[in-house]
Amino acid sequence: MSGRSTLKRLDWLTILLYLVLVAFGWVNIYSTTLTEEAHSIFDFSTRYGKQLFFIGVSLVGAVIILSLESNFFERFSSVFYIACIVLLVGLFLFGKTIAGATSWYDLGFFNLQPSEFAKLATALAMAKYLSDIQTDIRRGKDQLYAILIILIPVILIVPQPDPGSALIYFSLFFVLFREGLSLRYLGFAFVLILLFVSTLKFGVVWVCIGLGVLTSLFFFFKKDSYKIAKLPLILFLVVSVLISLSVNFVFNEVFEQRHRDRFSLWLSLEEDPVKLEKIKKTIGYNTYQAEKAIESGGFLGKGFLEGTRTKGDFVPEQHTDYIFSSVGEEWGFVGTAFIIIIFTVFFLRLVQLAERQKRDFSRMYGYGIISILLVHYFVNVGMVIGLLPTVGIPLPFFSYGGSGLIFFTAMLFVLLKLDASRLKEL
Amino acid sequence: MKKILLSSIIVIVGIVFIGRLSYLQIFSFSPNQILEDPAIKAVYDYPERGYIYDRNGELLVGNQPAYDVMVIPRDTKALDTLEFCGLLGITKEQFIKQMIRAERYSTRLPSVLVPQLAKEDYARLQEKMRKYKGYYIQKRSLRDYLTHSAANVLGYISEVNESDLRNNPYYRAGELRGRTGIEKQYEDMLRGRKGVKYIQKDRFNRDIGPYKNGKLDTLPKLGKELHITIDKTLQEYGERLMVGKRGGIVAIEPSSGEILTMISGPTYDPALLVGRERSKNYTKLHYDSISKPVWDRSILAEPSPGSPFKTLNALAALQEGVIDSDTKFRCYNGFYVGKNKKGCHCGGGVRNLNSGIFNSCNAYFAGTFRKIYGKYKTTAEGMDVWEKHMKSFGLGNYLGTDMPTGRPGRIPNKKFYDKWYGEGRWYSPTIISNSIGQGEVAATPIQLANMTAAIANQGFYYTPHVIKQIGDQSSIDVKYTQRNYTTIDKKHFKPVIEAMANVYRYGTARWLQIPGIEIAGKTGTVENFTRIDGERVQLTDHSVFVAFAPIENPKIALAVYIENGYYGSRYAGHIASLLIEKYLKGEITRTDLEKRMLEKTLEQEYAKPYSGAPFQINEYEW
Repeated sequence: MSGRSTLKRLDWLTILLYLVLVAFGWVNIYSTTLTEEAHSIFDFSTRYGKQLFFIGVSLVGAVIILSLESNFFERFSSVFYIACIVLLVGLFLFGKTIAGATSWYDLGFFNLQPSEFAKLATALAMAKYLSDIQTDIRRGKDQLYAILIILIPVILIVPQPDPGSALIYFSLFFVLFREGLSLRYLGFAFVLILLFVSTLKFGVVWVCIGLGVLTSLFFFFKKDSYKIAKLPLILFLVVSVLISLSVNFVFNEVFEQRHRDRFSLWLSLEEDPVKLEKIKKTIGYNTYQAEKAIESGGFLGKGFLEGTRTKGDFVPEQHTDYIFSSVGEEWGFVGTAFIIIIFTVFFLRLVQLAERQKRDFSRMYGYGIISILLVHYFVNVGMVIGLLPTVGIPLPFFSYGGSGLIFFTAMLFVLLKLDASRLKEL
Repeated sequence: MKKILLSSIIVIVGIVFIGRLSYLQIFSFSPNQILEDPAIKAVYDYPERGYIYDRNGELLVGNQPAYDVMVIPRDTKALDTLEFCGLLGITKEQFIKQMIRAERYSTRLPSVLVPQLAKEDYARLQEKMRKYKGYYIQKRSLRDYLTHSAANVLGYISEVNESDLRNNPYYRAGELRGRTGIEKQYEDMLRGRKGVKYIQKDRFNRDIGPYKNGKLDTLPKLGKELHITIDKTLQEYGERLMVGKRGGIVAIEPSSGEILTMISGPTYDPALLVGRERSKNYTKLHYDSISKPVWDRSILAEPSPGSPFKTLNALAALQEGVIDSDTKFRCYNGFYVGKNKKGCHCGGGVRNLNSGIFNSCNAYFAGTFRKIYGKYKTTAEGMDVWEKHMKSFGLGNYLGTDMPTGRPGRIPNKKFYDKWYGEGRWYSPTIISNSIGQGEVAATPIQLANMTAAIANQGFYYTPHVIKQIGDQSSIDVKYTQRNYTTIDKKHFKPVIEAMANVYRYGTARWLQIPGIEIAGKTGTVENFTRIDGERVQLTDHSVFVAFAPIENPKIALAVYIENGYYGSRYAGHIASLLIEKYLKGEITRTDLEKRMLEKTLEQEYAKPYSGAPFQINEYEW
């Protein structure tokens, strides 16, 4: 395959959206990390300078990926996966600790975060395993293997500790659903979360009453149908009530205080104003400040480099996980809505790309990375604008951070490469 | 289904996010950003408050530095508490209490530990302050009074309260504002305009540079210095004379309406309301409900004016043409209202305008008053004509001075009596007391002084005011430089002034004569009542005297009103004559009189109604 035809077949719309996100992200990193002393934007002692370097590395990486054989990734996916497991295990021995988490290798000029690489590797391994002709996702044994592929990195990442990153791997279940895993699992997970949250919010009694009412209504409207499976329904009811009853135990005994505080804040559980104030000053500080910063931006924002709260560094981690708050302050609703729309179009386009793949591997890989990127975006923005509890993960292509940007870019361009060569491989 | 699952999730997430963002950024957005923003600190630069000078350029009010000991709790280190408290002059308990308060406010921001150190403490402390990390001394500016007088005129300043903050966006919590007197009236000029610097802060509340490079910052504008019309010497002298007496004195320069002195007795030293003891002193003054030192009697007390008011009735009768200077009335040591006789102390006999005034004959003025309303079809109609004349002298309504308080006094008219008695149900006996300045008329001392100035000017007055000059402005409010004409023609003043001169020469004020000075005046002895246990009890008469001098080209017109001072000439007259002498001559020749007036007090008189025992009024001993 010639390089020319690859260029022609590349999906330039996706690349354009990618570049917009990276460029706008850098502009905001510049604003959030700018200090009084004037530095050149290429000064690598500054964060914006470093990020510019990482963008360059990412683009070089992208070109390399595009120039590789398209079946390179499928062929070497197992190697990548094993390498990433080795790297994750190696962290326990050689890892560098930053902010309490042993998640990095110190490469001198650059700290490498293997959990970012592991996302790519796991997505590839997952696609490879599922696309194997002998794998049938409806089979229990194969389901178990697939889940194991996801769980091994999770088990290695949780103790770093980096629960946020570990959470991301569960997004790969989307691939399983897409490929035939019964949606019932998703339904169960959804009901479980709903039960948990609503029990916390409204208490066991109200949840049980609600469940009773819902089941009665269900019976009432389906009275004539003979097809109702009464046993599963009653079973569901009993299990739900049991789960609801156990929520308080799990919340109070299994969760740690900091987790409890996050939920308290998110669901407005705490009614004692003194304690609430304390939560706002400690764990809720970020969320509170981020919301305020976004709010203060108004419709048009305060303007580039004019965000007072950004300058004052009021929102901790505003160049990484909380960068969206700076967008809100300096660019206003116009800016934030623009970013949301760009991301939405970007993801929809990726779904389109994944769906048009003729090869199972490509499609499954596509779904894998869409799930990973989407969960990042969903959890990050949701957290910054106060819709979700605090979980520390970056906004893809946007937040400061070399490992993140390089491997997000790699993930994306592997898909673009597979897409560009999809016709040839028929 | 499975194919569109992910796409639907993507779209739903997008919609939810944009919904939440529009809630935050469009609906919750508050436009008042710069003041609510924790990242921007406004640092104010307060200009010095304007100085106040008297009419001769003598400084009355300046500023003095005060030293607050401040603390930033997080910067403090363990120290020898006992030694430190010793230096500060506070107890250990106070120290601990203040520290807890400071910590509760903020560990990073400064709080006041000890306010307004004494100067000696400051000198001692200053050298040793280095030893105590986290504590420092902050200089503030306080009012410094170079006189112990004129508290009622100068007024005081105090911290702004909630309602100031709500109503005036200029003020921030903790700032000072004029509360009474000149400090209140000319607040905007005296305080100047504070400068502001907006500082960009980080989340640890550290300064990280000017906001928008200082584009919005402003420089402070100095407060203006004020020259007032008060004569410091006269004011101080008058207040010394008022020691132990209650009442009000106002002296006006008739040719300009400038208030030369404005005294309320008892008064207080304005310095009491400055500094560390301020709140203690304020409470003490404010809650003295018997002698009421913060109640400015010179402008707020509204007693019946008494006999000085007769001069106006004479003028109104002359203007209405119902008498001339030879019109005579017989005094039967009193006069009859219907069948009731009302008394008179003038000695009886035939009275004309001249002797009616200088002997203060009640019968003469009852007759005159009857003639005024007798000219009209009904008494009521006559009353309204009379009211118009009286009001043209600045009575019965707010005078419009530049003091922030005041009272209207009262000139009763038809409406007033209709309201009290019902229309057509009041007759001449109801109103006859007004002829001699008793009854329903009421006037503040400043109104009486102004009325006297109008007589001195023979038909006009300038609205009394205390402002002489504001900064380097060339003129004051035109309101204070315009003549207000009375309804009486100039020609009618001559006989009345002549009669007032005779009051001093041969009449009721003949005891007051000052060598070399001709005075026109009028005494007043005002009956007054109080309620003791719900019962109306008469008290010793108020002593009133109005006068101007010299008769040709008057320099001073004044009204002195002394509560329960008995005869007009006794307290009010003597005090007035001393003030006139002091002002015109600069020194007192009648030192015996001066000594007596300085020493005599009326405290035993004021104690009577509170004694619970029966008491005599209008005692003769003197």
